[in-house]
Amino acid sequence: MAEQQNDNATITSINEEISDAIAHEPTEQYLTFFIDNEEYGVDILSVQEIRGWEPATEIPNAPVYLKGVINLRGTVVPITDLRLRFGINQFEYSPVTVVIVVKVKAGKSEKIMGIVVDAVSDVSNFTQADIHPAPELADNKNTAFIKGLGSSDNKMVILLDINKLLNAPEDVDLTDISRALVK
Amino acid sequence: MSIDLSQFHQVFFEESYEGLDVMESALLNLQPDSVDPETINEIFRAAHSIKGGSGTFGFNDVASFTHVVETLLDEIRGGVRNITSETVDLFLRSVDCIRRMIQQHDAGEPCDIPEAQELKASFEAMLAGGSSAPAEETAEDDKSVSEESSTPARKGWKIYFKPELDVLRTGNDPLRMFRELESLGSLRVTADTSALPLISAIDPEACYLAWTLELDADVPQSDVDEVFEWVVDESDLKITPLALDGGSTEQGEPSTSGSTPTEEPSDDTTRLTEGLTAADSEQQSAENPNSQPAESATATEQTAELKPAEAKPAVAKPAAAASKTEKAKTEVSSIRVGIDKVDDLINMVGELVITQSMLGELGLDFTIESLPKLLEGIEQLSQNTRELQESVMRIRMLPISFTFSRFPRLVHDLSRTMGKKIELKLSGEQTELDKTVMEKIGDPLVHLVRNSLDHGIETPEDRIKAGKPETGTITLNAFHQSGNIVIQIIDDGAGLNKARILEKAKQNGLVSEGDMLTDDQINDLIFRPGFSTADQISDISGRGVGMDVVRRNINELNGSVEVESTEGEGSVFTIRLPLTLAILDGQLIRVGNHTYILPLISIVESIQSFQGMLHRVVGGCDLLRLRDEYVPIIQLASIFNIESDAKDMDDGLLVVVEGDNMKVAILIDDLEAQQQVVIKSLEENYKKVDGVSGATILGDGTVSLILDIAGLIKLAGVQRYEYKSVSGGDDYAA
Repeated sequence: MAEQQNDNATITSINEEISDAIAHEPTEQYLTFFIDNEEYGVDILSVQEIRGWEPATEIPNAPVYLKGVINLRGTVVPITDLRLRFGINQFEYSPVTVVIVVKVKAGKSEKIMGIVVDAVSDVSNFTQADIHPAPELADNKNTAFIKGLGSSDNKMVILLDINKLLNAPEDVDLTDISRALVK
Repeated sequence: MSIDLSQFHQVFFEESYEGLDVMESALLNLQPDSVDPETINEIFRAAHSIKGGSGTFGFNDVASFTHVVETLLDEIRGGVRNITSETVDLFLRSVDCIRRMIQQHDAGEPCDIPEAQELKASFEAMLAGGSSAPAEETAEDDKSVSEESSTPARKGWKIYFKPELDVLRTGNDPLRMFRELESLGSLRVTADTSALPLISAIDPEACYLAWTLELDADVPQSDVDEVFEWVVDESDLKITPLALDGGSTEQGEPSTSGSTPTEEPSDDTTRLTEGLTAADSEQQSAENPNSQPAESATATEQTAELKPAEAKPAVAKPAAAASKTEKAKTEVSSIRVGIDKVDDLINMVGELVITQSMLGELGLDFTIESLPKLLEGIEQLSQNTRELQESVMRIRMLPISFTFSRFPRLVHDLSRTMGKKIELKLSGEQTELDKTVMEKIGDPLVHLVRNSLDHGIETPEDRIKAGKPETGTITLNAFHQSGNIVIQIIDDGAGLNKARILEKAKQNGLVSEGDMLTDDQINDLIFRPGFSTADQISDISGRGVGMDVVRRNINELNGSVEVESTEGEGSVFTIRLPLTLAILDGQLIRVGNHTYILPLISIVESIQSFQGMLHRVVGGCDLLRLRDEYVPIIQLASIFNIESDAKDMDDGLLVVVEGDNMKVAILIDDLEAQQQVVIKSLEENYKKVDGVSGATILGDGTVSLILDIAGLIKLAGVQRYEYKSVSGGDDYAA
């Protein structure tokens, strides 16, 4: 009897380990970048390439944050300035200003879009445990565009849901998206 | 030697669809009172090919159904039976039925069409019912199955078959005939290889064999004759009853009971056999795409015939179809391209390669002296590119008859259900149009034709009352005009009832009471969304798809549609479409530091100094007085919210363009180059932008936006007024 109990205990502990492993297994990689000294991250699987800023062709009557469209090897790609999208004043574009080209799911198809950020930082691994849900702020709908807050090595990264963010209707106000979180 | 026949199924299906189309259009041409024997022959040949093919590939249900159809056709052909409009209808229904059967086989579904049994029964009833004329006219005439023919009760037939050398070249494969014979009963085949030459003298495409076949089957001789029908003139064929020739079976080599009759000669030179087999199979794959007999008037080979089809391999590449064993039911769209177009293309690519190697050589050892040569090379390269581009575009061009061909049946069926007498005339069927445009224009066209049938043409009584011929006419006309393709739907019906349209529009709030509209404007109301004449809805048209949808679909193709109508005399719907959707002749224009592209085709003229022609309108849109018209001015800089060079209107340049059935003048800073641009979609990665129809990439790699005139007019809020025929009074706009 005692032996059997022992066995049962072993099995239980093994199961726990497995379920722990399953729960922890998916470490997600995020490309992190800076906007206004705040570190953000996007799922690295959605990133297609990183390129330097180049002047874009303006789209008439487009929102101010849409810098225009560029020619990416024959494809017309719209470029969004995330700074302006988040309601932060625009930076002077410099040689280190980068455009992250991302693939965004839109319904069944995929769209290719570019986002302008201040600087690219790193590629970070986060496990599920490292990602904390974004604080629910009653008056702030913008948390819908945030997957969570990733923390590692004493830094905090705001993980963006790039699909939702870039598909959001133009009239959705995303200003203060970061300030709402930091407080 | 066994060939996997399934690799040819796709080709067979496509060919059958073509055959069915031929049957359908020929049936519709059939006038019950004056039967043209050639038309009947055409239908018969098409049916026969389908029957033969389906038998070969083992689609027995199709084969047996088609056989009954064919039998009746044959009686008509032989003059045994008269053709009536009921027979034509029955045939049309059976064409639909066969098409559905083949579609089911095509989709790999089990074939189960109850209608087939019913139709077959009615055919058989008709056959049994009464062939009034004596049946013994020719051997061909008593092919009917239900008819008790005078076949003696002998057990079978002995056939000596020695085809001419080039039998394979004419597309007649003995193997297929034997297989067809085998479907009648058990078959023994003996090959006579005595005529085979030495291997050095052999022509791989010739047939040196002769066969003695013994068929154990209680079938009339006509059934056997039928198998050899296509080759009887080109071969030595003797068919004798088996019983008369009792003991001659000793050299018979019994066929293996499988579905492939033995064809290998009992010659021990294996290499020769291999050679023959290879030649044979090669022949089979080469001929199969065109296995319709060469005599068939429908199989006009190598003409500039093009076919849009759901899953059609290019004619030159049957192997491509063969490799497609997995029949994915996704719509693989392909086109059949005339061989001349492909040859052109190959020539051009050849030239391009020559130019490329010339330039390459120049680049290896370049000195400034060879600059003229370089420039010359580049000039040549640009010419090659242009020609190549044109040829590639030409491949996508199809004659509009592919769209028009569905209308005879539509008109036939609809006029019958509506009890109207309507004649459909087609003209300009050879006008070529881009495949993409053609696919998208089909539905709007169907809608317009239905509309003309339903609302346009009156009933025979009404027509007689109005003093018109009893039969109404609908004409579909297509032609090219200044780089556009124009399709017209002309009917000689009642025309649009302007009073009623106006009344409806007022009810629906599209027009306010006091508005004075010209006739054209009233006619145009039928294209407005929200305009519905509910009391006219029938099951033919007006089923929720309004004219506004037609217009929207056509506008999406960068085309336009308008209607002219005279009450009591009929209406003309005119559709204008660009030839292609992929490339556009563009005029580059500049506003400030932005470059845009205007479709060259929409530009009417440009005016540099127009001070005296300007009419400022306070609180409204400025107008340009252009001869006897007033044209609203759109300031691109202001509607796009961009900076322009011109601080005052007088400094700019006006481009008069036409779009959405009206003229507007667009104020810009400068005209730049004209060039062909490849249209790229903005919506693919972004979204639709007002006033912009797409984007393109200029020579320097930057993106430039293509302006959409109709969108600009909307964006500028220019009202659709006609400023025509102003009697020169300058005070008009003040």
